[in-house]
This record gives sequence, C-alpha cells and structure tokens, in this order.
Amino acid sequence: MTDTLVQDTQPAPATTSSTTFEWQRKRPRTLLKHAVLSLFLLVMVYPLIWMVVSSFKPGYLVLTEPGLIPSALTFDNYTEGWTALNRPFTRFFFNSTLISAGSIIGNLFSCSLAAYALARLNFRARKFYFAVTLASVMLPFHVLVIPQYVFFNEVGLVNTFYPLLLPKFLATDAFFIFLMVQFVRTIPRDLDRAAMVDGANFFRIFWDIILPLMRPALVTTTIFTFIWTWNDFFVPLIYLTSTDLYTVPLALNLLVDSESQTGVGRLFAMSLLSLVPILVVFLVAQRYLIRGIATTGLK
Amino acid sequence: MATTVEKTPQPETRQRYRPERQDGVAHVFMTPWLLGFVLITALPLFASLYLAFTDYDILSPPEFIGFENFTRMVDDDRFWSAISVTLRYVVFSVPLQLGFALLLAVLLDRGLSGLAFYRGGYYLPSLLGTSVAVAVLWRQLFGHDGLVNLALGQFGIEMDSWLQNPDTALSTLIILNVWTFGSPMVIFLAGLRQIPYDLYEAARVDGAGLLRQFFNITIPLLTPIIFFNLILQTIGAFQTFNQAYIISGGTGGPVDSTLFYTLYIYRQAFLSYDMGYASALAWVLMLAIALVTAIHFLLSRYWVFYGDD
Repeated sequence: MTDTLVQDTQPAPATTSSTTFEWQRKRPRTLLKHAVLSLFLLVMVYPLIWMVVSSFKPGYLVLTEPGLIPSALTFDNYTEGWTALNRPFTRFFFNSTLISAGSIIGNLFSCSLAAYALARLNFRARKFYFAVTLASVMLPFHVLVIPQYVFFNEVGLVNTFYPLLLPKFLATDAFFIFLMVQFVRTIPRDLDRAAMVDGANFFRIFWDIILPLMRPALVTTTIFTFIWTWNDFFVPLIYLTSTDLYTVPLALNLLVDSESQTGVGRLFAMSLLSLVPILVVFLVAQRYLIRGIATTGLK
Repeated sequence: MATTVEKTPQPETRQRYRPERQDGVAHVFMTPWLLGFVLITALPLFASLYLAFTDYDILSPPEFIGFENFTRMVDDDRFWSAISVTLRYVVFSVPLQLGFALLLAVLLDRGLSGLAFYRGGYYLPSLLGTSVAVAVLWRQLFGHDGLVNLALGQFGIEMDSWLQNPDTALSTLIILNVWTFGSPMVIFLAGLRQIPYDLYEAARVDGAGLLRQFFNITIPLLTPIIFFNLILQTIGAFQTFNQAYIISGGTGGPVDSTLFYTLYIYRQAFLSYDMGYASALAWVLMLAIALVTAIHFLLSRYWVFYGDD
C-alpha cells in the first residue's frame, strides 16, 4: 500500500512513458482498493440514506421497502411530525439552541481564563491545579451526578436550564482547558513581554493578545461543545421535567414513546431534522473536527 | 521558552522580577474553575462517597447504614445482569471497533486519492452515534419489520425482532458501537503519519513484503496509539447510556439484556429514588473503570513500544 504514494494521487495522462508504466501497473490494485472502500462506505451510511428516503414515504411504506426509490412521496411526515407532540418542535429547537449557545459561551469564557493562568502565570498551586484538571477528565460523570442533582433540587433549580448551564460557566469540561493550555504554550512569550513593557496588565494581555491568538483552540472548543450539548440526552433527561423545557433529544424520546409503528415516518423526519445542525457543523468545520480528534482524542 | 528571558536587555533586573509569583492575579483567572472544582466536582465526589453508605430517598435525610448497600449488591440479580451486559459489551465492541478503525486507517494511509472524502464519510457515524436520532434509526433497523429483516427476507431468511429477543438485543448495540469506528480511525491516521517513510523504504530494499511491513513496522510503532485508543474507548464503553435507554425504552429489557450499568444506576437513582444504593453502584463503576485502566497500564509494559528500549 505504501508504494502507491506518488503515482496514485495523479492519474496523469499518458505522456511520460515511465510514469504511465508505473501507474498502469498499479492501477488494478488502486481501483480495487477504491471499489472496496466505496462499497464499505456505502454499507456504513446506507441506513442513514435509507432513513432520509423513508422520511419522505407514507408511513406504511417504510416497513415494506428496503430500497432507496420510493413508490410514493410525501412531506406529511415533516408537517405532522413537527406538531405531533403537545408543543411544536419549534419550541424544542429553540430550547436546544439556547442551551447549546449558553454552553458554548460558558466553556469559552471559563476554560480560556483557567487555561491562560495555567499556561502563563507563575503561581504556587499551578502544578497541583493542572494535575487536578487532568484527573477530573477521567472522573465518570455518574459518580457526581447524584449529589449534583440533590444540590440543584435543594436550591429549587430542577426543571430549569441552570443545572445544564452553570457547570459550563465553572470550567467543568476540563478537556477544553487541557486543549487550550496546550495551545497557549505554543504562543511565543515574547508577545506577552512586549505588551508588559508597554504597560499592559495580565487582563489586557489575556484579552488583546492571547485570546485572539488562540482562535483555533476556541473554534475546536465551540464545535465540540456544540455537538456534545446538542446530542446530550442524560443531563436534560434528569433535570428537565416539563415539556416546555424539553430539548430536541428529549422530544424525540417522547415521540418514540407515543408513536405506534405507523408513525415511524414522522419519527424519522424529526430525527433527521435533529441531526441537521450537527451535519452542517460537520460540513463547515470538518477540518477543525478532524484535527481536534487527532490531537486530543475528543469524540 | 525560559531562554528568551536571558536574552532580554537587562538580565539583572529581569531575573530578579522573574521568580515573583502572580498568585493573586492567577486566582482571579482561576475563580470560575475553582468554584466549579469545589462545587461541581470535589464536594459531590465526597458527598456521593458518603451517600454510598446511606439509605437516602431524597425526601428524608440520609440514614447511615454502613456497608449494607454493598452487601445488598451481592444478592442483587439485576446488579449482576448489569455487570454482565456491560462487560460483554466492552469486551466485544471495543476490540471490534478498534480493529475496523485500524484496518481502515491503514487502507486509507499514504497518498490514496479521495482521502478526505473517505475519512469524512467513515467518521460521520462517530459524530452521530450517541444521538437519540441514530438510536431511533437502530430501533427501526433491527425491529421486526426493520431494514435488516427486510434485507434478510430477500434471501429467504425469516427473523423476529432483534430487539425483542434477549439473545440478540445486546448485539445490536455492539454493532452500533462498532459502526462508530471513525473517531479512533482518525486518531490512527494521525499516528500513521508519524511513522517515517524511510522505514518502509528500507524494509522494501531488504525484501520485506506488505504483510511483514505491517506487522514489523506499522503495528509496533503504532502500539502507543492503539493503547491510547483502547483506554479511551474502554472508558467510554463502560459509560454507555443513551443508546441502551432509547433502544429498550428506558427499561434495559428484554429480560435485562440491555440493562447497561449506567442505565441501572439511572433507574435506581431517578426512578426508584434509591439514591444511597445508586451512589454505591456509581462508586463501584468508578473503581471498576480505575481497576481496568490500571490493568491496561500494567499490561502495556509488555506490548506497547515507546522506542529506544
């Protein structure tokens, strides 16, 4: 596989004889590889494509047609699904958007402050704090969630968005601190010093120099916070009890419970709509996503 | 970094100012984190340790009962089912997932045209895998009249619902996890880039075939990445919740065959309001994950290759 490095990337026209020879010799294997990779990819994403097609079929056809070409088309699943619950999905999308936006702002704010201090400032507990941050990444959420719930219940914040948002403003997604610290360390310290000579204090340095320069890390944080919050099911499930506050995943779960098999088209339609924002982020910011995973193992 | 200090114009004064600590300012920057650490992490951690030794239903104050929650587990059949389900899930899905990830990463490595397209396509399921929407899709795929049975029907194979059958329900979730091999694959791809091309060149000159190159160069040099992925995916698999919840309608059924450990904790804590017992269960989970991770680290000495030794 390694010897296909140069030639395969450029299926050049048959001008130079040696290139042509090399390329032609390896073409069958490369073609075979492309065929296998594409076929496997198709098998992988077939259920998703089928889901898209099925969402435009009348409900009774979903259960009988495994193929991709529908014998009848309809938008009813979308219009009916949107209003199938006692609140329209407008409400749930609004709630999810609000929580996602709040979480992003919270993470950007709190994690970047902590990361700047950990990466740049010279203080006594720095090493200890950094070690604790790393350790808390490992901590399973289920060990903390019961006392957290009891606490939010005591102060009367269950069934509000606060239990979902407050932790983000307190830098509890330690992963992002780690990501940002790594990034800040790559910014030359000379910039800080020059600013300090010019009389800037630490807050000015953070705001005017470090923050703009750590944009890639901030973008990565934004993307992953968005995807995690948008997909999150467990935390909203335990804290949000009234339908008015439901996020899209909770609404989908409610739809699962209330739908008979004939309504699977509507369920598909709403499920797909719930994935649209994720897919848009994927298409727009794939580069950042891939880099984020490759460097930190974020999912 | 520190060397630049010496190069600045007045080394004497600079050096004297350098060791000065910025404790005050640092703590201002760290305030949100400190609050979060104390209120959202440290206190709840100790609180849950305490609750694990109590009987607590959230309405009346917790009552200390010693090790009773832990002795109760021994006779709790559902606790053992949850352990068995979770372990089988981890043991089967993680190696399969990593196997696919490694295979595809190797196939995609080095100059194949359309790399970005394939990588994006294979990664997509990872992005969607934990969403409720995909769990909804999975319910449909493996249902009685689902896509899988429709396809099998074309070959004359008749199957009942995969989800209603306790023998097959868990395997649908294992398949779902394997389906999300894209994120470890991306990590493998990044790792493969680090392997110097010269090594393959030299091996080829010495007459090594592709398989020998794979087993004697790629695999050994990739072991740190394999180890990293193994730890990451194992810890994640132990905490699987969303998919099991949606596929079983929150019950862990049929006959507890998808009663994941976290689902059992959830049911004890937030449906039965048996918060003391649930805390004890959560601590067992944490200790189990810590133990498995520690074993992985111990064993890693025998197979992970960090070079130069």
